[in-house]
Amino acid sequence: MLQNRLTGRRRAYAAVMRTLMTLATVVTGALVLFLIVYVLFKGIPNITWELLSTKPSYLSNTIGILPDLLNTVYIVIATLLVVLPLGVCSAIYLTEYATNKKLVAMIEYAAETLSGIPSIIYGLVGMLFFCQFLNMQTSLLAGALTLVIMNLPTVMRTTEESLKTVPQSYREGAFGLGAGKWRVIRTVVLPGCVDGVITGCILSVGRILGESAALLFTAGFAHALNGFFAGLGSAGATLTVALYFYAKEAGEFGVAFAIAAILMVLTLLVNLASTLVGQYYKKRRSL
Amino acid sequence: MKNKKRFIEDVVQGVFLVLGLVAVGCVLLITVYLVVAGLPAIHEIGLIRFLFGKTWASTAAEPSYGILPFILTSVYGTAGAVLLGVPIGFLTAVYLAKLAPPRLKAWMESTVSLLAGIPSVVYGLVGMLVLVPAIRKGFHVPDGASLLAAIIVLSVMILPSIIKVAITALEAVPKEYEDASLALGATPVETYFRVSVPAAKSGIAAAVVLGVGRALGEAMAVMMVSGNVPNMPALFQSVRFLTTAVASEMSYSGGLQRQALFSIALVLFLFIMLINATLNYFLKRGKEK
Repeated sequence: MLQNRLTGRRRAYAAVMRTLMTLATVVTGALVLFLIVYVLFKGIPNITWELLSTKPSYLSNTIGILPDLLNTVYIVIATLLVVLPLGVCSAIYLTEYATNKKLVAMIEYAAETLSGIPSIIYGLVGMLFFCQFLNMQTSLLAGALTLVIMNLPTVMRTTEESLKTVPQSYREGAFGLGAGKWRVIRTVVLPGCVDGVITGCILSVGRILGESAALLFTAGFAHALNGFFAGLGSAGATLTVALYFYAKEAGEFGVAFAIAAILMVLTLLVNLASTLVGQYYKKRRSL
Repeated sequence: MKNKKRFIEDVVQGVFLVLGLVAVGCVLLITVYLVVAGLPAIHEIGLIRFLFGKTWASTAAEPSYGILPFILTSVYGTAGAVLLGVPIGFLTAVYLAKLAPPRLKAWMESTVSLLAGIPSVVYGLVGMLVLVPAIRKGFHVPDGASLLAAIIVLSVMILPSIIKVAITALEAVPKEYEDASLALGATPVETYFRVSVPAAKSGIAAAVVLGVGRALGEAMAVMMVSGNVPNMPALFQSVRFLTTAVASEMSYSGGLQRQALFSIALVLFLFIMLINATLNYFLKRGKEK
């Protein structure tokens, strides 16, 4: 009945807007679908065991991405080892200790600023500070430390958010039983923020996997096969940097697509993991 | 015993304070390094000639360091990406926040975060092999690696930030507003666009500004599709952005040329700080309401 009384113009407005919205959503969905299917379709046929298990060789003129895979793993581990304690402690300071509102505002503003800075600037400052000033040369360690600064706000934010969900009464209960602040944090607060730390960890892994501009000048291009500690001290390309190199400089599109497909699968896994962790903790909290 | 306990407490608090200040230290470090590294070249070249010089010929016999082409390219590229990406992102956000069935919404939200997670070099690769040839054939230009290709890639890359922030803003609109509008006889679509959207306008503005920041700062994807020649920007011209100007010459530069690259980074940094300040303004205004 109501519908019949609407003027034609209003009905047309509703129809047009509805169509446009649906269209936009379809476009967005189709874009993602196209990207995934295209990259996997072009990349998976190029993934061979030889590609995955060897290093590039000029003698036999073959390309292998094992060094790049390992470099990526090293840089992820090294970055997380530094950024997790740092981010979690910052978040704990902000939510548990800080009483000075100005100081809190300053730290939070700094974190926000960090998350807005483009990665190419991180790469540049990382090169100036870590590689040149601290004399680390172009190395995975310098790259990892640059990524630490990049990911610090992410870990801080996710930890802070989960710390805020730890009920105040838990803390009061522990204080009431005579525990000191540090003991309360260790036994009551920290276990409560595990989900935030895990989420931050997953998000950081995703960002590290996808980062290239910040690593170009800090971690370099080399494809040498190294162990963990030797690897950290020497230059090395991660998967993304290797992709850039093979696509832009070497014109090896088959290899580039193979790496792109691997990255795509890893991105899918990271996303899946973060969704599952989110759901798991939501369920546990509602119990 | 008591003193020892207090001592430990103080030490722990001190440690946490120091670690908490690391973020502030990082911001200071970045700012100081960029200013210190960026100013000498600007001083030597002259601010006006550096910012408004129309030719960049860093490796010529008589080098000229004018970064106006980069600035304009970055501004045009970002504007183009916003022009293309914002309508799609905004409409998608309204649909997902208000109209979509819950299951479709959940699906699309994880799809959108997937889009955010795809590495920029993958965008660059697909752009290089799909978009660039398509532009060459579709518009009959000699080379498809152009500002247009960069704009299209950037507009896809900023979609997730726009959609996510806009959805959050739209969902925060009090249900009563919408109920009141519906009760007064407005159709659902009218309600969403004339009540919900205006009520969420700070958040939506923040979404757009966030997208601007992302587009301005993107380097690798743009480097792979824009041709990377320091021309004045035109839609089908091969161009170089502020970000790619820094990246493309860094590996073989030295002397004044290298310092000029740091100055470019400083200019980019100032742009980003401006965007950040705008973003904070909109976010704060959204919260105050």
